[in-house]
Amino acid sequence: MIDQPAPYLLKPASVTRVMAQVLLALVPGIAAYVWWFGPAILVQLAIASATALAAEAAMLGLRGKPVGPALADLSALVTAWLLALTLPPIVPWWLTVVAVLFAIVVAKHLYGGLGQNPFNPAMVGFAVVIVSYPALVSQWPGISGPDAFAAQLDAILGHRAGLDALTGATPLDHLKTALKLAEGNGSVAAVLADAGIYGPLGGRGWEWVGLGYLAGGLFLVARRIMTWHVPAAYLGAMAVLAGALWLFDGASFASPLFHLFSGGTLLGAFFIATDPVSGSTTPRGKLLFAAGAATLAYLIRVFGGYPDGVAFGVLLMNLCVPLIDMYTQPPIFGAKAMAELGRKEGR
Amino acid sequence: MGIFSFKGGVKPASHKAESTALPIGEAPLAARYVVPLHQSIGGTPRPCVAVGDAVLRGQRIGEADGWISAAVHAPTSGTVVAIEDAPMPHPSGLPALAVVIEADGCDAWIERQPADPAALGPDGVRAYLQQSGVVGLGGAVFPSHAKLSAGKAGALDELVINGAECEPYITCDDLLMRERAEGIVAGTALFRDLLKPKRVLIGIEDNKPEAIAAMQAAVAKAGEDFAVVAVPTRYPTGGAKELIRVLTGKEVPAAQRSTDQGVQCFNVATAYTAWRAVAFGEPVTSRLVTVTGNVGSARNWDVRIGTPIAEVMALAAPNPDTDGVVMGGPMMGVMLPDTAAPVVKATNCLIAHSPALFPPKPAEMPCIRCGECARACPHQLQPFELYWWSRAKNFGKAQEYALFDCIECGCCNFVCPSHIPLVSYFRFAKSEIWAREKEKAAAEAAKTRFEFKQLRDEREKAEKAERLAKAAARQAEKTAPAATASERPAPAAPGADVTTSATVAAPSPAADGNGDAEAAKKAAIAAALERARAQRASAVPRNTDGLSPARQAEIAAIDARRESATPATAPTPVASAAPAPVPADATTDEEAAKKAAIAAAMARARAQRAAAKPRNTDNLTPAQQAAVAAIDQRRESTGLASPAGATGTAAAPLSTDPHAAPASSPPAADADRTSTP
Ligand code: SF4
Ligand code: SF4
Repeated sequence: MIDQPAPYLLKPASVTRVMAQVLLALVPGIAAYVWWFGPAILVQLAIASATALAAEAAMLGLRGKPVGPALADLSALVTAWLLALTLPPIVPWWLTVVAVLFAIVVAKHLYGGLGQNPFNPAMVGFAVVIVSYPALVSQWPGISGPDAFAAQLDAILGHRAGLDALTGATPLDHLKTALKLAEGNGSVAAVLADAGIYGPLGGRGWEWVGLGYLAGGLFLVARRIMTWHVPAAYLGAMAVLAGALWLFDGASFASPLFHLFSGGTLLGAFFIATDPVSGSTTPRGKLLFAAGAATLAYLIRVFGGYPDGVAFGVLLMNLCVPLIDMYTQPPIFGAKAMAELGRKEGR
Repeated sequence: MGIFSFKGGVKPASHKAESTALPIGEAPLAARYVVPLHQSIGGTPRPCVAVGDAVLRGQRIGEADGWISAAVHAPTSGTVVAIEDAPMPHPSGLPALAVVIEADGCDAWIERQPADPAALGPDGVRAYLQQSGVVGLGGAVFPSHAKLSAGKAGALDELVINGAECEPYITCDDLLMRERAEGIVAGTALFRDLLKPKRVLIGIEDNKPEAIAAMQAAVAKAGEDFAVVAVPTRYPTGGAKELIRVLTGKEVPAAQRSTDQGVQCFNVATAYTAWRAVAFGEPVTSRLVTVTGNVGSARNWDVRIGTPIAEVMALAAPNPDTDGVVMGGPMMGVMLPDTAAPVVKATNCLIAHSPALFPPKPAEMPCIRCGECARACPHQLQPFELYWWSRAKNFGKAQEYALFDCIECGCCNFVCPSHIPLVSYFRFAKSEIWAREKEKAAAEAAKTRFEFKQLRDEREKAEKAERLAKAAARQAEKTAPAATASERPAPAAPGADVTTSATVAAPSPAADGNGDAEAAKKAAIAAALERARAQRASAVPRNTDGLSPARQAEIAAIDARRESATPATAPTPVASAAPAPVPADATTDEEAAKKAAIAAAMARARAQRAAAKPRNTDNLTPAQQAAVAAIDQRRESTGLASPAGATGTAAAPLSTDPHAAPASSPPAADADRTSTP
């Protein structure tokens, strides 16, 4: 006699399936990445994946948990990929390793493992290395074909001598620096006219990567892996804020379109702020959380000392999640009738 | 008319086509029927036949006990061969009192007298339906007559007739509507005449076009103005509250009865049986049962109440790899431990279970807070929060997140990508909360009892001194009245509480009984049961505190779906079952047995009150009642095994715990802990 409680039917869903679809959704963005900036990112993805799986297995073993099913849930891979995609693809290999170790060991397992971490693990890893090695984490490659791969590989292996030839500022950084150097005399339009760095939407090349993320993200929303709330609020808040400042002073502030397609905006909106574990869970909470993260990201990237603010925006909002969730609980079935009842009885 | 929607819900594969290909079949007569007395919510009917009596089909064999109770009838003609405990279709596998009838093969009816509703008047019709055993056949088995008066809100706006039948596999209502629509419409008209609603709405899921057409035709033929409404197919649209929401836009909160919002809801089969009773003088002696699942030929059968389930299953030729029978649907049904148990009024569907049909559940993974469960919850709860707090045993928090608004529909469980047995966690939390409330109440009662006992002792002493000569005679007389007095449902009277706890039960008048020990024992148990019934409605701790007992009684009906599906989870408090010990200093064997018997009755009474719902375990012998408590406790403790690990990411699913079955298995550490006062 089997003794299982109802329900006897389960939807064929699993964490593995969810995570696998997230990984799949990253593929278009990664493809564009490789196309524009060379295959170095693939090396970084491999390094990050291997580190993440090893760290995950080790931590599970230390914590006395079964390793197999937890590794198979693919959550460590998702963290690894997101981290690799936020770091410059030409950082030395050990930096990727350090970032991933921080993400998996500290941000995930020391907080209790999958489902328990209050902070987005990938963003914790990123924050740690950008604070510790700001120089390394600001060296981004310029547009390059496959021929640059050898040099990129060299950089990853730690030979950073010929690096200058490889790197260029990211569009966001370039814009910020150019405007600063012009000391109020330059205009965004003049800076953006440099077609070597900028495309019609955002940074040249990067806008395609962003489009790839957008496509993947829409796929996830369509597959109901995530709801529309976080991406919509994230992109909406970013656009509104950027739009307001751009309308106010178009010479000093880039257009909303530029901000949407530059830096980590699209990756953040669809893949990072949407992390269910560390994000808000209620519908209204998600809107607040994402809008807050986008606002912070914009403020940091435009006025702050870091090239982009996606990571810090998300981490700061992670702190607020318990509060947000508490105040945004949706009304339960019949709540309206109960409220009416209370009003009547109160009278 | 407009259709509303409710949030959440799921769309599991319906598997209804299997059992709708064939028309309703008449199940062959069985040789022997086992008719449980307790087949509806409320009081357990008292047997009104004796062993050896000849009975006819439709003859009353159990008298309704109280207003919330309905009579029980013989399913065929024959002889009463026993009135004894028999296995029940209940996951605990515990027996309950049943009338066993040896069929004589004639299948002769009683003299059937159609009733005239006009002559009977509304109250007469209600009483008539109660006598005819008409109860909610959607699975809730709430006595229908008790729902046939308008509520406080005055006249009803809507009468909703529920033909949604949302659970997968079940098609008995579908077939009933296809083949017997006119009877349903006539029954609906009967209800309409009693309730006088402004509108009558018949809701049917749109995956049953034949049923919708048949009902529309029947309504037109009868010249009624009932609206037959096709509602979108989505589980659990067939839940009364969900259907009311879909048809009227009204949301009835857990703490309210639907009549508070001017709506009343009946199942189509209930309307049909009410009409059979009134128009033909036929009490409820059979019902439609869908027999499906891992079988050769799935079909709906008209089955007499009391037919052994094994015989009904045999009609469908289960495949060889069948490893169990689920009663009810796959979302809320229960696995039956014993197919010798009979079909009862709540048996809407029997599903042959096989590992191929319902694969074993994958291992439980940690919650990733994906919120899928919250999106699926038809009551817009946050199941992952409930899970989190239940697992952490922070029950106050769980209640803050409206634990008691959960109807245990299983939607959250169905969608969870981490395969967390969420519903099991919620049942566990609810039972723990009930147990704790109970302990609190028991402590207060004990204090009152102590004071009362002192008073009584003094009075008795005085009496003895005064009337030394008559002392013996008086003592003997006193036993009986005392027991009877405590039988009155007066929870406020201190005397009535004397027997609510094992520790104080011993000195109670009944237990002291120096005359007929057996009689005293019975009286005490009867008193406890009576009181349990009376208090059931008032002792329920839920986030609906402060409701009138009447309203809480209604909530029992609201929980009805859950109830019929999961009676085993009537949470016998882990804590209260354990501390019902036979006092170590028991003087004689007889005394000890008596005390144990009372203790067992008390434990069960407590559980009943806590659950605010009846179990099929009324009328058990004391020993069996003790066994119920033990088994429930074991169920609870295995339920605990999983939440026990603080970070138990790898906790095995409750169900596959190999230690769950043996009676000797030690309670999980958690159960131990919670049972320590
Ligand atoms: S569906 Fe399961 S994993 Fe997702 S939030 Fe709910 S309980 Fe957690
Ligand atoms: S079982 Fe309870 S919590 Fe889960 S979906 Fe149903 S009502 Fe909501």
